[in-house]
Amino acid sequence: MPAKAKSTPKKAVKSGASLRLYRSLRRIRRVEEEIARLYPSDKIKSPVHLSIGQEGIAVGVCDALEARDAVSGTYRGHATYLAKGGSLAAMMAELYGKDTGCARGKGGSMHLIDMEAKVLGTSAVVGTTVPVAVGYALAQKRLKTGAVVACFLGDGATEEGCFAESLNFAALHKLPVVFVCENNGFAIHEPLSKRWATDRLCARVATYGIPAKRFADSDTAAIRKHVERALLKMRKGGGPIFIECLTWRWREHVGPGEDYDAGFRSKAMLAKWQKKDPVAKAAKAVSAKQRAAIDAEIEAEIAAAIAFAEASPFPSPEELGTDVYA
Amino acid sequence: MSTPKPPPTPKLAWPGRVEDGRRVLKYVDALSEAVALEMARDENVFLFGLDVDDHKAIQGSTRGLLDRFGPARVFTTPLSEDAMTGVAIGAAMAGMRPIHVHIRMDFLMLCMNQLVNIAAKARYMYGGQIKVPLVVRTIIGKSWGQGAQHSQGLHSMFMHVPGLKVCAPSNAHDAKGALIAAIRDDNPVVFVEHRLLYATEAFVAEAPYVVAPGRARVCRFGRDVTIVGVSNMVVEALRAADLLKEAGVAAEVIDPIWLAPLDSDTIVESVRRTRKLVIVDNGWSMCGAGAEIAARVAEACAGEGPLQIQRLGFAPTPCPPSPPLEAAFYPNPATIAAAAYKLARPDAPAWMPDAAKAELAYQLQFKGPF
Ligand SMILES: Cc1ncc(C[n+]2csc(CCOP(=O)(O)OP(=O)(O)O)c2C)c(N)n1
Ligand SMILES: [Mg+2]
Repeated sequence: MPAKAKSTPKKAVKSGASLRLYRSLRRIRRVEEEIARLYPSDKIKSPVHLSIGQEGIAVGVCDALEARDAVSGTYRGHATYLAKGGSLAAMMAELYGKDTGCARGKGGSMHLIDMEAKVLGTSAVVGTTVPVAVGYALAQKRLKTGAVVACFLGDGATEEGCFAESLNFAALHKLPVVFVCENNGFAIHEPLSKRWATDRLCARVATYGIPAKRFADSDTAAIRKHVERALLKMRKGGGPIFIECLTWRWREHVGPGEDYDAGFRSKAMLAKWQKKDPVAKAAKAVSAKQRAAIDAEIEAEIAAAIAFAEASPFPSPEELGTDVYA
Repeated sequence: MSTPKPPPTPKLAWPGRVEDGRRVLKYVDALSEAVALEMARDENVFLFGLDVDDHKAIQGSTRGLLDRFGPARVFTTPLSEDAMTGVAIGAAMAGMRPIHVHIRMDFLMLCMNQLVNIAAKARYMYGGQIKVPLVVRTIIGKSWGQGAQHSQGLHSMFMHVPGLKVCAPSNAHDAKGALIAAIRDDNPVVFVEHRLLYATEAFVAEAPYVVAPGRARVCRFGRDVTIVGVSNMVVEALRAADLLKEAGVAAEVIDPIWLAPLDSDTIVESVRRTRKLVIVDNGWSMCGAGAEIAARVAEACAGEGPLQIQRLGFAPTPCPPSPPLEAAFYPNPATIAAAAYKLARPDAPAWMPDAAKAELAYQLQFKGPF
């Protein structure tokens, strides 16, 4: 089984952090590239929403978290799950619908979970996980665990009523939540201009009394630093924060391919964002030798995870009726 | 605006006969054709909902509408289903005829408050002064790992509420006629489509026509057992009837088309002859459409002699994505045929048709992810 994400030592050696960030980013990128490569084989019978291009946000936030902290993600959740230390082998098996999957073949790509790594289950109904994450944070506060919850959501999710309701409640009760909006400018194929009257999302959120900050480039290290600092206050009862991270989904909304021939967004924008590729950027911070070693390790882990998924059995039909009730 | 007189609904004809002005049309194209005809006929009709105007056009079912009618009448919305349902209701109260589209029925759970607490009862609780001519189009998903939140058939929740009408057409002919009827109806209608039916074809007249609320269709006659199917389960029940025929059992297959108002008379009339009823729902059996149909038949036929009823539906679990679990979750032509056989031939040994023969083309041709 793959290693879980380490809790961040307070004074991480700079090169240690660089290695960690590169390793996590590169790993997520390669996993999703492999999923896309495998997809036409029909072995993965699960709708996959790839994060390729957006990984820096999950990695930056999760690197600032400790093991006891939880993350709440969306159906576009591979990056969140892996960045927080969710088991790669169990995720692969889940995509294959196998009994060894992280949800025992009962969830699929859109419903990843790893409670050991504190990855709360992801949901395919947009916005539904936001109040759930807030409730998990309420419990952390009441139970005095000192843990916080990082709640990932898309730009589209901010339009759901429960988003506003959740912000208000989290602020009112000073709950330990890092709201992370991965703003890739689209909800499926619909641009922000057809959904928002203004793009001042952070200003809207700030009116609830929640400090809000926008990251125009979603630089992994900058996000990490911001969250790490904010957590010092949050763990002392400082209440929630919000970050809006502008980003770009390189691939199509769902599935392994691209969607630039559909005409609703331009390849020029992709090129612009590829210049800010979080993986390439992180690669520059480590030596070629270190990179080669990390890359080899990642390839071996991915190959093992795929082999594990392929060799694992499907659940037996009797499993259909289990776990309907606790 | 004058309403053209609708031609009578062909009650007994299973769509499939070539008649004047009919041609083969896909279910998905029948839906967009129905909306286009009504939008052209009545300028108060508009269509909105998440992604109705993008290049995928709700799996093709809104194809061409934006080009023809423009962005004021065909438009996407923010991800705000709850509020958008209220918006639709308000516009309907003001005399417009909105069609609110949801790509999955699961998302209707966000609309429940507005639909149940306002749309369904506005007419009544405001003393008959207003009406809410609203159509909520929605699609049940199936297969390719749709999973627990993209596969639910929740029509019975809406059947439960007075003031709402519910329709679940199983073929292109009814999809067109019933959608036109729904748009012209002065009440809120929850219009339930099925993703796997989108590519199925039937003969469909070019002119507008209505498949009116509250009229079921006998799709196939048979004397041994009555099978009622809901939504795509009509197609599966017809396949089951083929298999049963090979085993010497003549099944009568009925499609209610509209679940509310529900034409139980047609079903009761059939069961009076067969005394045996199998109801196959595309949803859970507990408090489902099948439960309502069974209760009505039992009430109507009580004291008339022996009566056997069997419900089939989703397994009482959320829908799993893993292929072997998903296969066990749904009724299929083989399980339907076996259940009907058991009622029709109680003394014969249990019989299960060849699984390969039970596979349906409309399922095999569906490729994911959506
Ligand atoms: C409540 C609800 N409405 C609609 C959908 C269909 N849907 C799936 S993903 C999506 C877009 C979400 O966009 P965003 O929140 O920006 O996330 P992204 O996919 O861009 O990561 C929509 C509309 C859904 N799953 N749930
Ligand atoms: Mg988005």
